[in-house]
Amino acid sequence: MDSRVPVLVAIGLVAGLFSGLFGVGGGILIVPMLIAFRGYPPKTAMATSLAAILFTAVAAAASHAGAGNVAWKEGALIGLPAVAGAYIGAAVHQRVDSRRVVLLFAAFLAIVAVRLAV
Amino acid sequence: MTTDLIAAALGLLAGMLSALFGVGGGLIFVPTLIFLGKDAHVAVATSLAAMVPVILMGAWRQTRYGAVRWRDAVVVGLASVPTAKVGEVIANSLSNRTLQRAFAVLLLAVAVQMAVRALREEPAAEGEARAETGEAA
Repeated sequence: MDSRVPVLVAIGLVAGLFSGLFGVGGGILIVPMLIAFRGYPPKTAMATSLAAILFTAVAAAASHAGAGNVAWKEGALIGLPAVAGAYIGAAVHQRVDSRRVVLLFAAFLAIVAVRLAV
Repeated sequence: MTTDLIAAALGLLAGMLSALFGVGGGLIFVPTLIFLGKDAHVAVATSLAAMVPVILMGAWRQTRYGAVRWRDAVVVGLASVPTAKVGEVIANSLSNRTLQRAFAVLLLAVAVQMAVRALREEPAAEGEARAETGEAA
């Protein structure tokens, strides 16, 4: 067996836990771990993470659906337009003055987090 | 009907933001669903279902660019399946309020990490800008 397999399995195990618990893909963990432990270039890490999450999301969504927790209508209403949104986002990516915008977005996420917590 | 349109607009926005900032759609889908009035448990489950078409498109595009190492992706992806189930069991054992707060902590951590990384990049970028002006002068 390839020596890198155990590392990849470990990455998957950690990411899966996060995904099932929080409803996120797990890329926030997979991307930095592929870079740190497998020496991936950032772009390859993001792309490979995306492909890995396909398995996670399908399995986790099916499992959560079995528990009756998926609101299918809202899922489609958000998920399908998001495909178009991601297309637009990917197209304009190069034109964003990243640092300032990233800080603004981080501040926005922090505000959302506080609103969720209180 | 109006709520449906709002949901669709938020979905479009969420997809754009996730592509622009390289964060997963789920990080934005979950709070969006909560603000649309869903329980945290339903938001988590629905977010996972909603991200499937987005990931499908993204993975397909990245595969065309040749950026996906599929063998590694399959290993990581398959390994994540059983622990995603464990995560689901943990999520369902938490109260709605606790799950929502736990998600808020995650979101805040991501926000802080993004900000720190952006700020760390600043001195280098400024140094380059100064070097360029210096050369011009």
